[in-house]
Amino acid sequence: MKRILVGIKRVVDFNVRIRIKPDGSGVVTDGVKMSVNPFDEIALEEALRIKERGGADEVIVATVGPADCQQQLRSALAMGADRALHVQAEGVIEPLVVARALLKLIEREQPFLVILGKQAIDDDNGQTGQVLAALWNRPQATYASKVELTGAKARVTREVDAGLETLEVDLPAVLTTDLRLNEPRYVKLPDIMKAKKKPLDTLTLAALGVEPRQQLKLVRFEPPPQRQKGVRVKDAAELVEQLKKKGLL
Amino acid sequence: MAEHDGTRLNVSTAKCVTCARALQGAEITVAVCAADASQVAPQAAQLAGVARVLAVENPANAHALAAVLAPQIVALAEPFAVVLGPSTTYGKDLMARIAGLLGAPQISDIMAIESPTRFRRPVYAGNAILTVESLGAARVVGTVRMASFEAAAGGGAAPIEKVQLSVELPQHTRFIAVSAASTDRPDLQTASRVISGGRALGSAEGFKILYSLADKLGAAVGASRAAVDAGYAPNEMQVGQTGKIIAPELYVAVGISGAIQHLTGIKDARTIVAINKDGEAPIFEVADFGLVGDLFQIIPEIEKLVS
Repeated sequence: MKRILVGIKRVVDFNVRIRIKPDGSGVVTDGVKMSVNPFDEIALEEALRIKERGGADEVIVATVGPADCQQQLRSALAMGADRALHVQAEGVIEPLVVARALLKLIEREQPFLVILGKQAIDDDNGQTGQVLAALWNRPQATYASKVELTGAKARVTREVDAGLETLEVDLPAVLTTDLRLNEPRYVKLPDIMKAKKKPLDTLTLAALGVEPRQQLKLVRFEPPPQRQKGVRVKDAAELVEQLKKKGLL
Repeated sequence: MAEHDGTRLNVSTAKCVTCARALQGAEITVAVCAADASQVAPQAAQLAGVARVLAVENPANAHALAAVLAPQIVALAEPFAVVLGPSTTYGKDLMARIAGLLGAPQISDIMAIESPTRFRRPVYAGNAILTVESLGAARVVGTVRMASFEAAAGGGAAPIEKVQLSVELPQHTRFIAVSAASTDRPDLQTASRVISGGRALGSAEGFKILYSLADKLGAAVGASRAAVDAGYAPNEMQVGQTGKIIAPELYVAVGISGAIQHLTGIKDARTIVAINKDGEAPIFEVADFGLVGDLFQIIPEIEKLVS
């Protein structure tokens, strides 16, 4: 069975303007819309397309987090994943812990490909894919904008600062997705109904033998310094004059 | 971790050195992994504040592959309390792999170092600043946010040591090619002036008025995600949360509405100018100078005025 494992994370929806709790302990999530991290949706979409082209038999979606994450796993099942794995964990879960848990799932499921988003839009860490590839001692191709599978290899185009880089990696490998890899499909109502019957297994970090060690204390969340609102100028001439006055032109 | 292309040291390395100098009393070592470090290592040695440069030469280091570089850095990491790289695609790809091999915590996008164990970094697309403290890890790994630090000055003369490592390097990852539009314009991440275009430019053709003005001003050209998604500009021009985070003296946003993901990338610009036909666009909330009007009229006018 050729399997692809996709990791997803439950995050505050990208359209929500976040509010910091008055005590600085975090960000308000009560009553706030939560979604699958957008980069992870792209990861799932890529896995589904590979399967639809006949490149895989099964797409498994997994997450590490509290009970609420099952909503996002159901969304992923509705998008088309075949089954879901929920590793229950509470509190602050660092990338290293997530990667260790995913590695345990890899050992159980033996995927030939693991796809994750390049970063979660809440903590913006951008680490889990690389940490997982390191622990697994397998290739990583991050920031993928094109993926071609040929036999036991993948050719991946990556969005890097210099432009586009192409790597060839042996499988199995870890890929992380950039924005332009694909456009995730919309979920239709019948698929949501169908998703309720798809298997969703719940595990725990303890059962996987992963210690939820926290190495970084989140001391304080603060709002960023605000920029002062500026002035309106009436035309190009006034703009150029103002910029010259400030020594910018 | 030095970033370079085999001949030139990237300015990101000088910014990492400045970040490291915030650690009182720190002895700073720059590691240059290359096939041949003879051009790059001396550039690193000149950075003010650097105590020594380690030149790690290996034919496998001809291209910066994270899977190949990471085990070499891990072999060198033992004496170091903090291992830093730039928060560029090179550093983001590499440092987390190093952190994984070390089992160390990583602090991504460091914007300030308050102590060897206490750091500040942006989260939620820069809409919150988080202070984190390392809870006793033997070493921490970090990526340095480029817009938060000036490049270290030159004038240093640190000794260069060649290091021979006996580390088995993986063969499973191979570099094929890199393609970049060659341009004579300044680098987006270091330019003091940047002009960016959004979807309102309408086409790749529409961007030409920005290139023309940029060339007059010696400016780099950037783009919003919407413009890149629409194919008006290549990906390496994207400015924002998932593109480049920049801090030029002058940033001119042309036809960019100002989604929070874009504003994240320009927050540290000294002066922001917004030109947009929609006077209600959120970009005006952060702009020092706002001009409402038709960009296809305004940009050529500005060009004439500065010629």
